[in-house]
Amino acid sequence: MLLAKKLKANSTKRMLKIENLQASIDDKSILKGLGLEVKSGEVHAIMGPNGAGKSTLANVIAGKDDYEVTAGSIELNGQDISELSPEERAHEGIFLSFQYPVEIPGVSVTNFIKTAINQTRKAKGLEDMPAKDMLKMIREKSELLEIDRKFLSRSLNEGFSGGEKKRNEIFQMAMLEPKLAILDETDSGLDIDALRIVANGVNKLKSKENAVIVITHYQRLLDYIVPDFVHVLHDGKIVKSGDASLALELEAKGYDWIKQELV
Amino acid sequence: MELKDKLLSSYVAFENRVDTNSDVHEIRSKALKSFENLGFPTKKLEAWKYTSLNSVLKEDYSLFPNKGVAVELADVKKYFIHDIDTYNVVFIDGKYSSFLSETTHENIDVCLMSAALSKPKYKATIDNYFNKIAKQDNLTSLNTAFATEGAYINIPRNIEVEKPIQIINFTTGSDAATMLQPRNLIVVGENSHVQIIERHQSLTSNPVLTNAVTEIFADKRAFVDYYKIQNDDIKASLVDNSYVEQQSNSVVSVHTFSFGGNITRNNLNFFQKGEYIDSILKGITISEGKQHIDHHTLVHHITPNCESHQDYKGIYDDRSTAVFNGKVIVEKEAQKTNAYQQNNNILLSDKATINAKPQLEIFADDVKCSHGCTIGQLDDDALFYMQQRGIPEKEGKALLMFAFANTVLESVKIPEVKQRITKIIADKLGVDIGFDL
Repeated sequence: MLLAKKLKANSTKRMLKIENLQASIDDKSILKGLGLEVKSGEVHAIMGPNGAGKSTLANVIAGKDDYEVTAGSIELNGQDISELSPEERAHEGIFLSFQYPVEIPGVSVTNFIKTAINQTRKAKGLEDMPAKDMLKMIREKSELLEIDRKFLSRSLNEGFSGGEKKRNEIFQMAMLEPKLAILDETDSGLDIDALRIVANGVNKLKSKENAVIVITHYQRLLDYIVPDFVHVLHDGKIVKSGDASLALELEAKGYDWIKQELV
Repeated sequence: MELKDKLLSSYVAFENRVDTNSDVHEIRSKALKSFENLGFPTKKLEAWKYTSLNSVLKEDYSLFPNKGVAVELADVKKYFIHDIDTYNVVFIDGKYSSFLSETTHENIDVCLMSAALSKPKYKATIDNYFNKIAKQDNLTSLNTAFATEGAYINIPRNIEVEKPIQIINFTTGSDAATMLQPRNLIVVGENSHVQIIERHQSLTSNPVLTNAVTEIFADKRAFVDYYKIQNDDIKASLVDNSYVEQQSNSVVSVHTFSFGGNITRNNLNFFQKGEYIDSILKGITISEGKQHIDHHTLVHHITPNCESHQDYKGIYDDRSTAVFNGKVIVEKEAQKTNAYQQNNNILLSDKATINAKPQLEIFADDVKCSHGCTIGQLDDDALFYMQQRGIPEKEGKALLMFAFANTVLESVKIPEVKQRITKIIADKLGVDIGFDL
C-alpha cells in the first residue's frame, strides 16, 4: 500500500516549475512574468501568435545566453537551473528540438550523436558507451524515425530538407532520452507523412518518467501528439490554460479571440 | 655584433671546413655575395610587409654548434611517426645522427647532403639539381652560402618507395641560442612515388632560428606527397623556403601544419614545367599567444593544361598574428589552366590578426582561376546547438574547429600522420577527444 502510494507520487512528480519568468534580448523585454508547471508523464502544448515569446521561452529554458533573465526562476526537479550552462542543463535532461536546426558541415550525424552521448556520460562520471551498444541503439532509433542508414553519415543538417532536419532532431532526442523535451515548432516545414513519422516517434518515447512541451503555432501536430494541457502565450505571458479542446477552439476562432478577451 | 656581420665574418672559418675547390662552393660564394648585398629582409619589402624578423635576429646565435650532445631515443621518440616503419634522416644541432637515422642506398638514395656534395658518384645529380630552382633572394641565398648538410633523397625512375621518409632536425639547446640552415634536395624520377614527413623540433626553450631550404624535383608521372609538421617550442623560429619543380603528369602535394613556434614563415613555391601537372598546397594553422605564422605560396603556371589546388585553413587566438599570401601566376602559354585557391580563417579573439591576400596574375585568356577567402568567427548558434546536446563549450568549439579544418585533414594519405595531427590539434585545443569526423 505504502509502496503503491509512493509509486503514484513518483509518477506525477513535479518536473519543471517556472515562476514569474522575465527575459529580454538586447534590452527588449520578451517574457513578462511567465509561470508554468509541468509534471512527469505530462504533455503540454504552448500555442500563441507570432512574436508572443514561444521560441524565447524554449531558448531560455535551454540556457541560450543571448537572452537575459531579469526576474523569476526556473526549477527542474526542485533544482534552480538558471545559473547552469546549456550543456549542464542538457546533462540534467533538458532537450530542445530546434525550430531551425543548425548546419554543421564536416561533422556526420553519427559522430555528432556519439560525441553528445559520450560527453553526457562523461559529465555523469560514466565511461564511453561501448561501440557495439551505440551501433545497436543508433540502428533501433533510426528505424523508429524511418531514417535511412546513408543519412547518418552525412554532415549534420547540411543540405537536409525541412522534414529531414526535424526527423534528425527527434532521432537525437530518442538517442539522448531526455527527461524534459521541448519541441519548438517541430511541425513547421513538415509534410503530412513526415509529421506522422515525427509524431509517432515522440509518442513512442513518451513515458511516465518524462515530459514533453510542444510549442506550436497550429493545432495540426496536436492531432497526433495529444496534449494534457494547452496554454496560450500572448505578449510574454500565459493568458489562458485548458485541456486539448482549447487547441481546437483556437484553431476555429484564431488568436484574435484571446486578444479581445484580454481587453 | 649584428647577425648579418657575424654570419659574414664567420665565412672564413666556414671555408676552412669545406671543399673550396668545388662547383658547389662557387655557388655558395656567389650566394654569400648576394646575401651580403641584400641583407635580412625588412618590412620595406612587399613580401615581408607583415612579418618582421627583427625580434629573432637580435639573439647571439651559435652558428656552427659542435658540442655533440647525445640524445636518448626515449626522449625524442614522440616526435617521430613511430608506429609505422619509415626511413629516417635525423640531425641533432645540424649534425647527422646515425644512431637515430635509418638511411638506405638500396635502389634509392636516402642519405645526407654532406655525402652527396663530396662524393663523386653523386656529382651528376648535384650538378643537375642543386640550387637550380632555389630563388636568389636574401634568406635562400644565406642558406645556400652555408649549405653543407641536410637530407639528400634520390629516387630513380619506376620505384614506389615502400615506406615514408622522415626528415627531423632536433636542436638540443646546448648553446644559449642556435641557428641552423638545413639544406634538402629531393629528386624523384619518372613514374616514382615517395612520401616524406619533415619536422623541426627544439628540445629546450633556448632560442632557435632555422633557415631551411628544400628543393624538390618531380619528373614525369612522379607522385610526391610531402608533410611539414611545425609544432616547435615557442622560442623556436623557422623560415622554410621550399621550391618544387614538376614535369608532365606529375602530382606533388605539400601539407603544412603550423601549430607551434615563435615566428614561422613558409615560402612555398611551385613551378610547372610540363603538361597535365597537378600541384596541391594545403595547410592548417592554429596559433595562440604571440605567435606569428606566415604562409607565402606561389604557383607558377608556365605550361598549358595544368591544375593547382590550394586550401589553407587558419584559426587564430589571443594576440597571435598570421599571414596568407597566395600568389598564382598564369603565363600566356599556360592555356586551360585550372587554378583554385581557398583560404578560410577564424579569429577566436578580438586581438588576433590575419592578413589574407590572394594575388592572381593571369596572362592567358582560356583559364579557370578561382579564389575564395573568408575571415570569420566560430558560429555561436552552432556552438549553442552542440551545448544543448550535452557537448561542453570547449569540446564544442574544438569540434567546430576540427570540422572547419577537415577538408585539409581528410586529404592526408598516411593514416598515422593524420592521427598525429589530430592529436596535436586536440592537445593544442585542450580537449582529450580526437574527433573522428
